[in-house]
Amino acid sequence: MELKRNHKLIIGLWAVIFILLVRLFIIQLVDDSYKRDADNNSMVYHTIYPPRGIVYDRNGEVLVGNRICYDILVTPREVAAFDTLALASALELDTLWIREQMAYYKKYRSRIGWQTLPFVKQVSIEKYMRFAERAYDFPGFRGQVRTVREYPFNAGGNLLGYVSEVNERDMERNPGVYKSGDYIGKTGLEAAREKDLKGEKGYHVFLRDSRNKVQDSYKDGMYDKEAIPGKDIVTTIDAHLQQYGQELMKGKKGSLIAIEPSTGEILAMVSSPCIDVDVLSNMGAHYARLAADPGRPMFNRTVQASYPPGSVFKLVNGLIGMQEGVLEPWYQYPCNKGYYYTKKRKLGCHGHRSPLRLDEAVMMSCNAYFCYVLKNILENPAYPSVDDAFDKWREYVLSFGFGHKLGSDFPSELGGNIPTSKLYDKRYGRGRWRTSNVISLSIGQGEIGATPLQIANLAAIMANRGYYYIPHIVKDSEGLEIDRKYRERHYTMVDTSHFSKVIGGMWKAVNAAPGEGGTAGLAAVPGLDICGKTGTAQNPHGADNSVFICFAPRENPKIAVVGYIENAGWGGSWACPLASLLIEKYLLGETTRPELEKRMMNTVFNVAGN
Amino acid sequence: MLQGTDRGLRSSVDWTLIGIYLLLVLIGWLNIYASIHTPDMGSPLSFSLRSGKQFVWILTAFALAAIVLFAISPRLWEVLATPGYLMVVVLLVAVIFLGSEHKGSHSWFSVGPISFQPAEISKITTSLLLAAIMSRQGFSLNRRKDFWMVALVLGLPMLIILAENETGSALVYVGMLFVLYREGLPGIVLGLIGLAIVLFILTLKTSVWVSLAVLGVIALLYLWWALRHMRPLSRERRFSLRMLALATVVFAGLVFSTDFAFNKVLQDHQRLRIEVLLGLKDDPHGVGYNVRQSMIAIGSGGFFGKGFTNGTQNTGGFVPEQSTDFIFCTVGEEWGFFGCLMVLVLYGILITRIVRDAEKSREAFTRIYGYCVASCLFMHLFINIGMTIGLMPVIGIPLPMLSYGGSSLWAFTLMIFIFIALSRQEKKYF
Repeated sequence: MELKRNHKLIIGLWAVIFILLVRLFIIQLVDDSYKRDADNNSMVYHTIYPPRGIVYDRNGEVLVGNRICYDILVTPREVAAFDTLALASALELDTLWIREQMAYYKKYRSRIGWQTLPFVKQVSIEKYMRFAERAYDFPGFRGQVRTVREYPFNAGGNLLGYVSEVNERDMERNPGVYKSGDYIGKTGLEAAREKDLKGEKGYHVFLRDSRNKVQDSYKDGMYDKEAIPGKDIVTTIDAHLQQYGQELMKGKKGSLIAIEPSTGEILAMVSSPCIDVDVLSNMGAHYARLAADPGRPMFNRTVQASYPPGSVFKLVNGLIGMQEGVLEPWYQYPCNKGYYYTKKRKLGCHGHRSPLRLDEAVMMSCNAYFCYVLKNILENPAYPSVDDAFDKWREYVLSFGFGHKLGSDFPSELGGNIPTSKLYDKRYGRGRWRTSNVISLSIGQGEIGATPLQIANLAAIMANRGYYYIPHIVKDSEGLEIDRKYRERHYTMVDTSHFSKVIGGMWKAVNAAPGEGGTAGLAAVPGLDICGKTGTAQNPHGADNSVFICFAPRENPKIAVVGYIENAGWGGSWACPLASLLIEKYLLGETTRPELEKRMMNTVFNVAGN
Repeated sequence: MLQGTDRGLRSSVDWTLIGIYLLLVLIGWLNIYASIHTPDMGSPLSFSLRSGKQFVWILTAFALAAIVLFAISPRLWEVLATPGYLMVVVLLVAVIFLGSEHKGSHSWFSVGPISFQPAEISKITTSLLLAAIMSRQGFSLNRRKDFWMVALVLGLPMLIILAENETGSALVYVGMLFVLYREGLPGIVLGLIGLAIVLFILTLKTSVWVSLAVLGVIALLYLWWALRHMRPLSRERRFSLRMLALATVVFAGLVFSTDFAFNKVLQDHQRLRIEVLLGLKDDPHGVGYNVRQSMIAIGSGGFFGKGFTNGTQNTGGFVPEQSTDFIFCTVGEEWGFFGCLMVLVLYGILITRIVRDAEKSREAFTRIYGYCVASCLFMHLFINIGMTIGLMPVIGIPLPMLSYGGSSLWAFTLMIFIFIALSRQEKKYF
């Protein structure tokens, strides 16, 4: 029988009522969460924020500390009439702003409900004390302890990174970890060690009575949770050395890195122009200016810039040649102000005597010598083709830490680039290219890209005669153990016995008598036995980059340094003295060459930024 | 002019209806008192309290009811239908320009302490005019002219109210479709509108493609049915298939334009509310806060509730608008599931009773008007309670007789008692 329409409508009505009742049944009788939340509504949680971990340098100096400040919170529903002027003068605020704020709370009162909102953030202790003396005059307002970062040393702005309030992306990426108003490390060490540094929030639970006045602690604090402070971190950085390095690099664009070769610990890591630590604690106010700075101070050149290494790479080619048996230290090659790799095309060199042995070629940085070396490596009859020889060569280079990320504990490290034979197969056709096509690789130019950290690592390899530890900036400390991989030696594919033959040349480059032709004479410091190798890398965006790697002393080296100065010209004239001053500072505590130091510090290349 | 009592009040008036009405008004008043209750509040009749003010509204509403029942000839409503409707339309437009702003909508006239909403009265005048038109001799929804007349009468106030930003009140007019259905609108129209709503929600919740798939399945089912049950080559079958093709294209268009409509046509706060409702956005401190707190209040009530004035969530002020749009929270918290059941059953009986009386009526005018009243009550009930328990978006609309506020109480009183008076008149003469 067909139902009448009025009956259908009545049935529909009762069906809808039934659906509403089912829903009510579920939320009132089945699902417990609403009862729990109702209890939570009458409980008030006061968050306790933990202090972030402190960052120390290798000698126990505080690099990043904490300063106490207060956030002033407001529960708009609890605010009674108060003296706007008094609050304004206590907190040094604009009365008009306070009135606007109160009008805003009133407008959205139904949406705000009983929530507590931040009113003013990061109020200094002095201001807070003035506020606290009269707090009873301002019902609904209270202070909450927060800590902000403080930097006793102006050292390592880029390295340390900054902390700021979480944004939505941070909260999405770490579901459930952060709440609006929390702080998070955004860059550098603060970001890399966020998990250790951040600590755990706690809370006090209070109960509201029926009139919604916040009463005593709930069950005598039985359900309170104490905040757990963040773990302290000991870095490998030497604060004084870092600061000195920054002063040396003022007005220059580039990197200055010092590593302790016997451990791989980074002693100083300067990227210039850099961020002043004063800026770090209040990044929000400075961010726009820094981002717009043409000197790109937020860009950490030490690990994020990839450059051609220049002549310092000759060391690698020489070592590979010896390992492959196509080069002996006594081999001599002629240099006629360059190397003719075709009948008409020459890779130039500077004026020096000819022919040279290996150590002399290192000392004088002869281009032609290493062209012969690379030719012998790639056109070695032991390999069926240039391709195969090239791939073998690449394998060697990779074992020196080039062409891949080193795996440092520093965030956003680049891997650099070492070309493969396929690149040239593609460019010239398989079997149709020879050494002459890739001749720039012999002197560290062309398709090679390396980060200053990788070049510093090469200095450490030279110092260690054939192995390296992954460069890192965090040390083992109480309650914090670093990854075991930083304890492993990484050997290159070149036998350790070959290194001393090259190092002799590096020593001479620095310490040879004037007139002998050493390229790094400016680095010489009596008694320190510095060994070094200069480089002058072509820069397509202007003047050549000045490069220098070195270590000291020659036996049992304590420090290995790279200086990589953009657009500064000859390696011997800028990077070399800068790096040697850093070594001197580290080994002797102060320089024996104040004139040089002064000249270096006061020289300003045309660099934007601070 | 007082009507004679030929057959006596006792038998001519539907006392059950009046009883339920009184009961609901009483429940509303108690809960308004409880919803903002604090221990040191004083007498519920104190004029500084909402319960005190509501008490005055209730007394005046009773006076209004008495006037409608005893002092006005029910015939007058039929006479007043057209002029009343036109006057209210003018008021609806005027309020946009002259009215005071109230929670983001320009829909209130304020005269001193008293404010009223033309949209509330518009429901009554629209119902009266609808009843007047549809009860005319020879009226048929199948006649094009009549159909468009009805569409105009319903659509005009609805659009103006939408322009006033009173989405809730505008939605109530959608309920008039039930009246049209009763009076012969093909069931398929109700079905298609229902399908449109389902597709809309499906598109927003899942994706355009899921909606299209559902649409495709429904179209194929209909095709299969049409091919089996209609004679090949019959005109009926050709017409059906053509309509099917047309409907499928139109609905596909609807699905595709939904995203556009959602993002461009709806306003920010409406979109946000719908998004929260559909679970597209979780926003416990923003718009979702209201719904969440409302559900917490109701959900914490349990079976028998926390007892009169013992609620913590409503009196604590966690629930927003706890004496007006969210009055049902107090019922849910203090009287529990049992109280909710009682209130819903009361409403159910009220509406069923109105429909029954309307069906019994010998006059089309009374019947159609009765259905209008029932539809209005139903829409208010469904939207309001659905909102408090998270089934509907947060749309500001009062719960008939329970919510605080004179404007709405008067409107519902007038609406219901006009119907009681209309049906009483018939009983009196037969």
